[in-house]
Amino acid sequence: MGWLSRIFGTKDNSKKPEERPVPVKADVEKKAEVLQKEDKPVADKIKVGHVHMSGCTGCLVSLADNYGGLLTILDRYADLVYGLTLADVRHIPKMDVALVEGSVCIQDKISVDEIKETREKAAVVVAVGGCACYGNITRFSRGGQPNQPQHESFLPVGDLIKVDVYIPGCAPTPQLIRNVCVMAYLLLKGNKDQQELAKKYLTPLMQLAERGTEACGCDLMYDVINQGLCMGCGSCAAACPVRAITHEYGKPNVNREMCIKCGACYAQCPRSFFNFDVITGFEGILETIDGALK
Amino acid sequence: MERSSEVNMMGTELGNYKICVSARSTDKEILKKAQDGGIVTQLFKYALEEGIIDGAIVSGPGDEPWRPRPFIATSVDELMKSRGTRYNISPNVSFIKEATRSYGLDRIGIVGTPCQMQAVRKAQLYPAGLRDVPDKIALAVGIFCMENFPYQSIKQLVEDHAAMKLESVKKMEIGKGKFWVYGERGQVVQLPLKVTHKYEQPGCHVCLDYVANLADVSTGSVGSPDGWSTVFVRTKKGDDIWTKAIAAGCFETKSIEQVKPGLELVSKLANEKITKNQKTVEERAKFGVNKALRNPYISPK
Repeated sequence: MGWLSRIFGTKDNSKKPEERPVPVKADVEKKAEVLQKEDKPVADKIKVGHVHMSGCTGCLVSLADNYGGLLTILDRYADLVYGLTLADVRHIPKMDVALVEGSVCIQDKISVDEIKETREKAAVVVAVGGCACYGNITRFSRGGQPNQPQHESFLPVGDLIKVDVYIPGCAPTPQLIRNVCVMAYLLLKGNKDQQELAKKYLTPLMQLAERGTEACGCDLMYDVINQGLCMGCGSCAAACPVRAITHEYGKPNVNREMCIKCGACYAQCPRSFFNFDVITGFEGILETIDGALK
Repeated sequence: MERSSEVNMMGTELGNYKICVSARSTDKEILKKAQDGGIVTQLFKYALEEGIIDGAIVSGPGDEPWRPRPFIATSVDELMKSRGTRYNISPNVSFIKEATRSYGLDRIGIVGTPCQMQAVRKAQLYPAGLRDVPDKIALAVGIFCMENFPYQSIKQLVEDHAAMKLESVKKMEIGKGKFWVYGERGQVVQLPLKVTHKYEQPGCHVCLDYVANLADVSTGSVGSPDGWSTVFVRTKKGDDIWTKAIAAGCFETKSIEQVKPGLELVSKLANEKITKNQKTVEERAKFGVNKALRNPYISPK
């Protein structure tokens, strides 16, 4: 919190988080289960770190692009205990949630050590963005670049350590990062109903992590069309950050030369996963998330 | 909520809703080319004129006759061009991000089939590649859907089975157990649905939603008399817009209990679709020899 107070010049930046009030969070059913502001001290925040592997910092920018929402998250739900330029901490500390950005260069000993250390120190490891999940654009690296031409092999985080949750996409959206942050908080600190919701919400993102470390527009062929599941809604084309997907007679056509392997199309497809128990409650959940960030 | 609790007891096949009525637009121009009651066009027209939406993603005319393409209507004129149903795939959701980018819409209206409404809600809860889109969906209108067809299937049905040129077709309709093709010169051809079934889009056979349960407002002909549509108002957003549109005189309405064939038929067809497709989903689990086909309702794996 130190840096946040500094930005806003609020109070001093010493540690007196207990004075902060705690958020009001409506639960899914909006059963008016409003938590007493005084009930919980802010000491109940979760510890979150941003671990930067080989990525372009776009994921971190995406996190920051929650603007006020990010400040609310840091105010009420999470302490940023580690993060490039954001937290003055040199070594990976113990934390509840590690948001990992970027793939791991296996020729870079520090990166390899740090990602292993992240696994040891973090209860939950979230791969944020295409590079961490699937390699993304770093899949195309063959080395030769200055000033470390021998750095040629980049692996998705999941090839070196177990990853718990995936947030695919390049860049991953501020809104999905935000939703996962709020749900991670509810999972670790919420009441029973909230924990239940968070578990259900995060399940498909955990299943994506189990699914593997390879993604491509081809997934739409292999796992959707070839499986007889495509109904031509267009989600994949909308999600693609490089406009590699068009629709021909209602079915996606992937320009594989353009695909950067970020995994957004498949994750966005309603026929990759569609969890009725969560999505049917969209109105209440969106209100809950909005409410949590007000 | 109280006003609907009674009808809601019928089951889950119709989804959650606050209001259910039979309705039609009061605008003669809209009705001229509307499929049924002109609900979608009228609702978007009202929302556009009132500034509730900046534009709507609709299915406009495409490059070939009766081939739709997603189209962003930002004026009433443009909306009018997309009246009526074209029974083949229009990937409307593919424009959902573009609408907020090149078109600069902050409040999007979108119309789509039940699966497209599912896609919209997934996009709001799990936006993997849809930055800043989730909070810009201002009005999602769903249409009842039993199944959809690829364009080539429609071509085959009209040209090979109904022996008509696609260019000379005035209207297509699925109703009363038949696929109807109306020609410009007044000729009518009806095909039994038995003929059309095999041409359906395969992806439709795992769909468990008939009346667009996740839309703000959903509508379709089933349950209402000819020229009228059955309307479900489902969400707070939908309720707000619908109530205002009624107050503005956009729609004539009749109580759904007083029209024939009524909600019972909607429920019956919804249950038929869900039961049949649930069975398909189950059969997929043992499709091969100890090999299953994917089930998106369980896992993305």
